[in-house]
Formats: sequence, C-alpha cells, structure tokens
Amino acid sequence: MTTSETYLPDVLPVPLPMDDGMDKPHWDGLNAEKLIVQRCGHCHTWIWGPEHVCYNCLAWDPDWVETEPKGRIYAWTRVHTPGMDALKPVTPYICVIVELPQAGNIRLIGNLLGPGTQDVKIGEEVVGQFEHHSKGGYDYTLLQWRKA
Amino acid sequence: MSRNPLTAVAISGIGNSGFYPRGTSPDPDFRLVLKALFAACEDAGINPKEIDGLASYCGPVTDPRRIACALGLKELRYASLQWASGGGGTSAAFANAASAIIAGLADVVAVVRSVKMDVGARYGQFGGAYGGGSVETVSGYGFRGADKAPYGVLSSATTLSFQANRLVEDAGVPRSAFSAVSRASYHHAQQNPDALMNGRPLSAERYEESRWIAEPYKLYDCCLENDGAIAAILVSAERAKNLKTKPVHLLAAGETMSFRADSGAFNWPDLCSGAFRDLAPRLYRQAGIGPQDVDVVQVYENFVPGVVMALEEFGFCTYENAGEVLTFENLIAQGGKLPLNTSGGNLAEAYVLGMGHVVEGVRQIRGSSSNQVQDANIVLATAGPLTPMTSALILGSGDVL
Ligand SMILES: [Zn+2]
Repeated sequence: MTTSETYLPDVLPVPLPMDDGMDKPHWDGLNAEKLIVQRCGHCHTWIWGPEHVCYNCLAWDPDWVETEPKGRIYAWTRVHTPGMDALKPVTPYICVIVELPQAGNIRLIGNLLGPGTQDVKIGEEVVGQFEHHSKGGYDYTLLQWRKA
Repeated sequence: MSRNPLTAVAISGIGNSGFYPRGTSPDPDFRLVLKALFAACEDAGINPKEIDGLASYCGPVTDPRRIACALGLKELRYASLQWASGGGGTSAAFANAASAIIAGLADVVAVVRSVKMDVGARYGQFGGAYGGGSVETVSGYGFRGADKAPYGVLSSATTLSFQANRLVEDAGVPRSAFSAVSRASYHHAQQNPDALMNGRPLSAERYEESRWIAEPYKLYDCCLENDGAIAAILVSAERAKNLKTKPVHLLAAGETMSFRADSGAFNWPDLCSGAFRDLAPRLYRQAGIGPQDVDVVQVYENFVPGVVMALEEFGFCTYENAGEVLTFENLIAQGGKLPLNTSGGNLAEAYVLGMGHVVEGVRQIRGSSSNQVQDANIVLATAGPLTPMTSALILGSGDVL
C-alpha cells in the first residue's frame, strides 16, 4: 500500500497495557471509541498517567471514568527528523499535548490530523478522533486530534 | 569559618580519554574509562590504586567491580549509581562522592562516566542507543512509552521539544537567545584543543540556516554524538592541600525531582521549566551566595532552550529579558558578563553526559581554562535540564570558603 488511512504509517510500535494490567481499561476503552481515564473516587482528583494509588490522597485504585475526547492544545511540536527512517517520507508531522478542561486539565499526547505544515497554536480547541490499527495480531486504537 | 559540611571535600584531579566523533573511538568503552581515570589520577598526583570509591550515574555504566579488579584496588569501599535520566545525574554523582568522603565511607572517590556509541546506534534513532533491535510493542508511560512512541514521539529531541515550544510561544523567549547560546559554545570550542568542534566555528547565518530537527530545535540546538570518557578525583580538603593541583571545593550540591515530574504524557504543572525550580534556591542557600556571585556558568545542553530555562531558574535572566541578557557578546568568556559553557560544552566540546561541565568548572577555578574568565572563584554547573531528575553543583576556590 502506498497510502495509509492512519496519520503515521504502520511502522510504529504497538501500545500494550502494562504488564500488571493496571491501565488496561484505558486501552480497552480506546478500542471501544471511549476515552477512559482515572479519577480518584475518594478525593475526585483526575489522574494521568495512571497510578495504582491517587497521588493526592493516596487512596488505592482510582476509578476509571469516561470523559469526552475534546480539549485544547497545551503544547506541540513539528517533527522533521523523527528518529526512524521509515517515518521520513511523512515528515514533517505534528505531535500535540492536549489538555482536557472537563477532566481536571489532565493531558494526553496525540497527533494533530491534517497537513503537517499547517499552523498550530497553543490554546486551539481540538476534538478527538479514534484511529483503529491492526498489526502483528494486535488490535489497538490511538486517539488523534482534529482542530474543532 | 564556613560551617557548610560539603567544603570539607575537594576535587583534586580531572581527566579525559580524548574525544572522538561518534563510533570512531579506537578504544572500547572500558579502555576509555580507564584512560580517563588514569588521567585524573595523574592530574591530582594520586596513584590509581588509592581509589577506594567509585560514583557514577545514568546506568547502565561501566561496572565498578570490573574497574576495581582491573586496577587491582586493595579494597573498594564505596560504589554508587545515581538514578537519573540522561545527564540529569552528573552533579548528583559528585554529591554522592562527596557525601561518602564526609561520612568516612571512602577516602579517594572517582566520579567517572563514558559515552561510546556503536556505529548505527544513535540517540535520535528508535531501537538505537537505548533500545536495541527492532521494538514492536511498548507499554508504560516513560521515555518512548505507550503514550509517546505510537504517535511518533521517539527521539530525545522530539520528546523534549514540547516544553521548548512553550518557552517560545507561551513565555515569549526569542530564538535569538538560542542562537547566542549555541554560538557561544562553538566560539569557546575554537580555543579548546580538546573540543570536537575545534576548527569548525558557527556563524549566526549557519545556525539559522541549519535544518529543523523537531521545532523549535534546529540542528545546532542539539548536543553532539561522540565517544569519550571523563573522570574526576575527590578527596578530603585536608588531603587536597598536599596534592599537585589547586583544590576546588564543593560549595553546594544537590539533586531534585519536582512534583509528578515523570508522570505520563507531561502531566506536571509547569512545562516551561528545566526542572531546577526547587533546587536553585536550595543550592544558593547552601553556598551562601546568589546568582550575582557566580563568575562562570556551565549549563548542560541536551537542547539549547533547556539552557535558557536553567538560566532563568538559577536567576540569571527572566523570560521577559532573556533576549537582551542572552546575547553572544554577553555569554563569551572574553568580556561577557555571563560567561557560559566555556569549554564548548555538550554542543561543541564533547557530550559525555555533562561531565565536561563539571571539569570545565574545575579548570576555571584553577585558572587553566582555554577560555579563562579572570578571577573565577565561583562556578555553577548544572546537569540535565528537561529531564525528570536534575542536579547541580556550585564549585568554589579556597578563597571563598
Ligand atoms: Zn484521591
């Protein structure tokens, strides 16, 4: 195939839940087109990256809750030298850190869909788009972002 | 008399193996380490067999058991490895070595670190220097973790560029400051015969015309890739008085990791930070000085915007005035008010995970730098801006104790 339906070609590593399975609800959620992240059931702190205990009140096993995949760009980069030869043909590409105001301003990393040369600014509103992959016997989903 | 316990220790020997472009060292890693240790011992006038402690950082490193066997050390009494990422641990390894001497755990402690890159294994390459082979799955939220690698956040440059873009776009630091920092390092390398970039000066035009790596990083914002090792010998200040070299004292040393600074997907409060916010005031208090007292600054450059963040956190500029303070003329040893990275640093001397910054600090206080700042008595050396754990040292001559 010379064209790809995914933002980056299928040469990147497959994300798996951690060995202890702690973050499995997040990855399962993405496959079901839901954004599932952690929120402490005790003190209600939103938590990302995931933890076994709430970093605020130290209660065990924060809840896994669904939140809307929308947010605003907190930081970005445009990658010209990706560190993987197979990505060179698609440079430049844009990676963003998206902040979720409805979820305690936790942040997620993704790609900004659209041309890699487009203008991008901190604070721009973005909405999530689930990007399904199947590779090496694994089905997984990335959460990508598009300008709102 | 000072009551700062750290001043009971001095750095008495420094040495390196020689530096080579990436993958071209004729020596394997272990021989580079031994050469650096021999050079540092020779400098101090200490027999290598007197070493009874070894300190390093950012594993995997050369095994201290191998070094002790090779040198026939009668007894290795202390060996420590600081848990840092990248070069964040350089100064911390010196702090650990000093602590061992103060606590009486060892008498002659060597800090040593090498970098040896196989041809093809590069810092920028996935599955390269840190990986090994083709990586097909990732999990967790660390460097190249599941939150990063599937989105093409692979190299150190990409990973650490988000924060730098906030420095430009949110804090408003002009790119001219980056150019000045980079050119000052290249300028200093032209006087330093050991520097890999000696003979290759960098003009403002060449900096500006260089290719993008990951915005806002251009090629000359990034550290070198090379082979080499650097060592330093620490002893008690008492012992140092009777050695060959002028003793260089530790006035302050420490390491730091701020709140949630290694949480996945950059979920810590202030990304516009080189990660020295908590450490800087503590070091100044310990040394009993402020930024106005520092004569020369050696700031680890993995990527140049991190240097600007470190300088802001240590009080040498604000984000508002960074463009005016961080000019080429102001950063060079020849007349600058803020002489920075006077050996050429990681950008233009050699990248030995920040060891070069400490030993250049030692040379400045001895008066033996190839870009000597007049009457340099106090030097700040920092390790690893932008890494979750960082560390820093303040070095001083006997005159300021
Ligand atoms: Zn809680």
